Amino acid sequence: MNTNGTKIIAKDLVLNFGGVTALNNVSFELREGEILAIIGPNGAGKTCVLNCINGFYRPQNGKIIFEGYDLTKMKPHKVAKLGLARTFQNIELYTGLSTLDNLMAARHNLIKYNFLTAGLYFGWAHRQEMEHRRIVEDIIDFLEMAPIRYKPVGSLPYGQRKRVELGRALALEPKVLLLDEPMAGMNVEEKEDMARFILDTFELKNIPIIIIEHDMGLVMDIADRIIVLDFGQKIAEGTPEEIKTNPEVIRAYLGTE
Amino acid sequence: MRLPEGIFNTSYAKDTAIIRTRWQWFLFVLLLILLFTLPPLFGNRHQLQLANIIGISIIAVLGLNVLTGCAGQISLGQAAFTAVGGYTAAAFAVKLDLPFWLAIPAAAIVAGLVGLIFALPAARIKGFYLAMSTLAAHFIILWVVKIIPDITDGINGMRVPPPELGGFSFDTPQRLYFLIIPIVIIMAFLARNFVRTKVGRAMIAVRDNDLAAEVMGVNTFKYKVLAFTICSAYAGVAGALLAYNHKFVHPDSYPLMDAIWYLGMLIVGGMGSVSGAILGTIFIRVLNDLTATELVPFISDTWPSMSAEVAASMGPLTFGLILMLFLIFEPRGIIHRWELFKASYRLWPFAHAPGGR
Ligand SMILES: Nc1ncnc2c1ncn2[C@@H]1O[C@H](COP(=O)(O)OP(=O)(O)OP(=O)(O)O)[C@@H](O)[C@H]1O
Ligand SMILES: [Mg+2]
Repeated sequence: MNTNGTKIIAKDLVLNFGGVTALNNVSFELREGEILAIIGPNGAGKTCVLNCINGFYRPQNGKIIFEGYDLTKMKPHKVAKLGLARTFQNIELYTGLSTLDNLMAARHNLIKYNFLTAGLYFGWAHRQEMEHRRIVEDIIDFLEMAPIRYKPVGSLPYGQRKRVELGRALALEPKVLLLDEPMAGMNVEEKEDMARFILDTFELKNIPIIIIEHDMGLVMDIADRIIVLDFGQKIAEGTPEEIKTNPEVIRAYLGTE
Repeated sequence: MRLPEGIFNTSYAKDTAIIRTRWQWFLFVLLLILLFTLPPLFGNRHQLQLANIIGISIIAVLGLNVLTGCAGQISLGQAAFTAVGGYTAAAFAVKLDLPFWLAIPAAAIVAGLVGLIFALPAARIKGFYLAMSTLAAHFIILWVVKIIPDITDGINGMRVPPPELGGFSFDTPQRLYFLIIPIVIIMAFLARNFVRTKVGRAMIAVRDNDLAAEVMGVNTFKYKVLAFTICSAYAGVAGALLAYNHKFVHPDSYPLMDAIWYLGMLIVGGMGSVSGAILGTIFIRVLNDLTATELVPFISDTWPSMSAEVAASMGPLTFGLILMLFLIFEPRGIIHRWELFKASYRLWPFAHAPGGR
């Protein structure tokens, strides 16, 4: 079920934590071949949207449909298996593993052998390992991570860890990429690199992307459409030009009455 | 390919291989030859017994390394699962009159299944609570052993006949050595492969960041349960060999303290590493043996007034001391030290590599 070019449809999402309403009747869609940005002040509920898509949070009301599958009641690892990969706002890597193994770990569901053939290794498991290694090495080249291939990611500087996280998401061979502030806390140069990688990925693999980002200049540059959240409400949606001039958005950001 | 600054891997297969150079192959084969000739030819009875116990402990610790080292789940139940293995092997041999080469795999399977049953609830909890529930598992298992005398002979214990293969009986420490060491090698081979493949990566992902692991497609529950099952199956094999080694199984042969020793060996060797598990076990077992054969007689000679009990507690005492020292100064274990040494040796006289490893 692929309703006229939409990849993800989210309808009437409601998410409460005790008294806090993190999402209040939020609806949006992600279309085929677009970069959709979610912006909004701190605590607006942006990360919660991704967590709902992932199956990490269960919205009290509403539905999220991806290619005909209802994601709202699905376990996160099942959602990942469908081809939704993400990065996290506060880098969540496997710190003890190398860059290479972080990426290999993301191919978990694509590698087809069980623990018995893994134990024997030679033959089937070995061939698969080599095959997937080749694919992962391509991603390492693509993201220019060759020098940190064998480094345990726990020892990498912040900017590089963000990059490894993007690589790990790509290694999952996603159909949709969800990026939670991929450039937060980076210097200008790192941000430019990251933006380039994201745009290259988008063009090369032609996968739709949802990106949460605070840097307005960047968002305006790379997003096809933007939705704006404020206190769990969607207050605006449109092209960068429309958002720039939207009075609601200006009010939310400048905090004037 | 060998270049002046080291080994240059020309294929991914080369890069992932455990043994990468001809020199390493030579050392590996030499080690195997020595392993099968030196101890049985020149070792005395006591040394061979020690070697056998080391081999058996290595298997138990290798299993624990999968669960605790890789998947990050602490377990105090490893001694109880060796009991399951021991009793399974004994019951198979005594009650069903089956050969050891069926009894040992059966011990692995039964212990693995018992581990799986305990894992279903245990995989939902973490840290301190997990430690407590595996502790409970220990007492539950040993209690069950006592209340099913039809299978276990209850508190009387059971005599275990020596394993036999085509008329050859593994009835002396020297002969048992030839049974135990090949099994240790097989179990280490399997363990190494678990660690370096999808299975190990998924477990380490669970250990390092279960949230991310789940979101990136790892069924964390399944892999925790799998880790418990593999760990218990290893304990099962160790327990079966222990039964053959002692020629007797009894509920008291599997004290809780053993589970703690296994954990200690893993910590001293280095969590998550197969070589570490092996080195740690050898280190602690040899140290404990030296304490018993050298230190204790020395102490009771020097201070004859000291009671035998105090002298006997020297073993656990040195163990505790070593464990504490490692936790403070090298929590990543012997293997980490060795890796640091290797790295600096390879790079000498430079301080660090120009990228890469
Ligand atoms: N697990 C949770 N338990 C309780 N409250 C939560 C939880 N997760 C999020 N919230 C609350 O939901 C609201 C939205 O949080 P969210 O993380 O989605 O904000 P955000 O838009 O991503 O903000 P930021 O820009 O700071 O990342 C906040 O008020 C937050 O405190
Ligand atoms: Mg956020």
